[in-house]
Amino acid sequence: MPVSSVPETLRRPMATWSLKKLGPLIALVALIILGTIVNPAFLDPANITNVLTRTAFIGIIAVGMTFVITAGGLDLSVGSMAAFISGVMIISLNGLMDTIGLNWMLIAAGMLIALAVGLLAGLINGLITTKGRIDAFIVTLGTMSIYRSLVTYLADGGTLSLDFGIRGVYRPVYYDAFLGIPIPIWVFAAVAAIGAVLLNRTRFGRQVFAIGSNEDVARYSAINVDRTKTLTYVLLGLCVAIATMVYVPRLGSASATTGLMWELEAIAAVIIGGTLLKGGYGRIWGTVVGAIILSMIGNILNLTGAISSYLNGAVQGIIIIVAVLMQGGLKRR
Amino acid sequence: MTGKAILATAVAIPAMLAAGAAAAQDVTIGVSIPAATHGWTGGVNYHANQAAEALEAKYDGLEIVLVTAGSASEQANSLEDLLIVHEIDALVVLPFESDPLTDPVRQVADQGVFVTVVDRGLAEDGIEDIYVAGNNPEMGRISAEYMIDALDGSGEIVVLRGIPTVIDDQRVEAFMGEIEDTDIEVLGMEYANWNRDDGFEVMQDFLSRFDNIDAVWAQDDDIAIGVIEAVRQAEREDEMFIVGGAGMKEIIQRVMEGDDLTPVNVLYPPAMIATAMEVTALHFYTNAPVLGEYILGSPLITQENAEQYYFPDSPF
Repeated sequence: MPVSSVPETLRRPMATWSLKKLGPLIALVALIILGTIVNPAFLDPANITNVLTRTAFIGIIAVGMTFVITAGGLDLSVGSMAAFISGVMIISLNGLMDTIGLNWMLIAAGMLIALAVGLLAGLINGLITTKGRIDAFIVTLGTMSIYRSLVTYLADGGTLSLDFGIRGVYRPVYYDAFLGIPIPIWVFAAVAAIGAVLLNRTRFGRQVFAIGSNEDVARYSAINVDRTKTLTYVLLGLCVAIATMVYVPRLGSASATTGLMWELEAIAAVIIGGTLLKGGYGRIWGTVVGAIILSMIGNILNLTGAISSYLNGAVQGIIIIVAVLMQGGLKRR
Repeated sequence: MTGKAILATAVAIPAMLAAGAAAAQDVTIGVSIPAATHGWTGGVNYHANQAAEALEAKYDGLEIVLVTAGSASEQANSLEDLLIVHEIDALVVLPFESDPLTDPVRQVADQGVFVTVVDRGLAEDGIEDIYVAGNNPEMGRISAEYMIDALDGSGEIVVLRGIPTVIDDQRVEAFMGEIEDTDIEVLGMEYANWNRDDGFEVMQDFLSRFDNIDAVWAQDDDIAIGVIEAVRQAEREDEMFIVGGAGMKEIIQRVMEGDDLTPVNVLYPPAMIATAMEVTALHFYTNAPVLGEYILGSPLITQENAEQYYFPDSPF
């Protein structure tokens, strides 16, 4: 085991840049071809922007999840955290409306509150995991359950709805476009770009890789393991908050069903993208492609009547497994 | 002593009160319902809580234990707890699923507990004392009838289904049976899981897939909310109309206002849990005969009658 904090995968010669590493990209191209064959409407710009826009929520969360998983952690709470933050945001917006008035200041205030809650939620997950020395799986399983029931409580078991007037002001954040591209896609792109720089070009990113490879070695290399691991959860909490900010204006509501299974979709996107589930290696571009693959599968199934809708889940499962099999080489570390 | 104070005492020390009051009778009713996993079950939770409060205030010595379950097996466990820990005299149960809960409910009934079954019937007859339900086939049929009428018997429609369950099957089967001999063509049918987000995404894809859609049967109002947004986004509001169902307040409000996109709704009231709790309590506190089946109607809600189905305080 090398003492260097640079993981082995990064030091491999260029020759190993085989087809296997491009697995997710190949899977994506194959899906696009499949989609076009199934229904030419697939390539319609409106359909493509629909798919990318709805990818934004899972995609933004998955970017944060890439950091957590690369550092050897896991977070199951993100789906219910998203629901909880949506709920808190809607309640705050409705409550602050009379004080601030119907304008962009109100939306900005709501966004700040969302970020604060996301940061705090991430910090809680991170601190309990590191300071409490409890497995992340258990900690986040617990917080998952807590946030889900908190949002149900806030909504009285029903649905929290954004005031109609506020929706008018906030709606453009989801539905409007800048340079022909919907705003959620811009946000997704920005989060992914920042994430890629942070993971691959900074000291923090190298420490994340090192901790995921071998926590003890990282500790002996004078890396503050607890702090860095906690930071990955905080980063993920912030990503969940950002995803929420573009999610809330879509339907203007949050309920117990909001964000259901998002945690598994985000984890799946990360793994399909080639990040190792056991940590030590991660890549943001893969995660982005993985997230797009996931929502594209659902889209293609909706565009065809050829497959019984009873079998949608089976087709999704097969494609996910095949996409990961295509890059099997990465797992032999 | 004010009425409120008497009530407080009644809640705090029911044993003392039972000994004193002549008409009072100690009865524990267990209410087991699915957790609020979507809008409609959220409504069930709301109305169950409301009814529990109202009934406990109304009848001396009545205690209502409300438990929710996230799955069929969890509900079976909670039935055991109700029986053994809370020693219930009556059970009001809205089964998660019919088949897996038939035996657990039978075991409760075998212990001499009075059983009221709500919404989803058990797989075997004769276990329950009272059956209260909405009418799922009726709901599908009424929706189809309206659609045939509004489309003059011919057109192209899409259907968004709920979660794959008996309820969903019954509605869809009745709907399809009704339109069978008309020129209405179902272009596409997908599950949207009684969920707003899925309704939005499935409808977006239907809109990409089909150039012409005359009507949408969303079957449920949560799905309908998502469908409305997708249609608005595609700016195709003038092309079609949407029929949801259940009676969610947001949709009822639209119907009341005469919205062209959602001209009608079909009722499937979550408040049926309150009906079931009321008649169960009546059985213990009055001489009124209550045993039997109560099948609630699924009327068509139009602009004319919408107001009587509008409950602005309910979360659903």
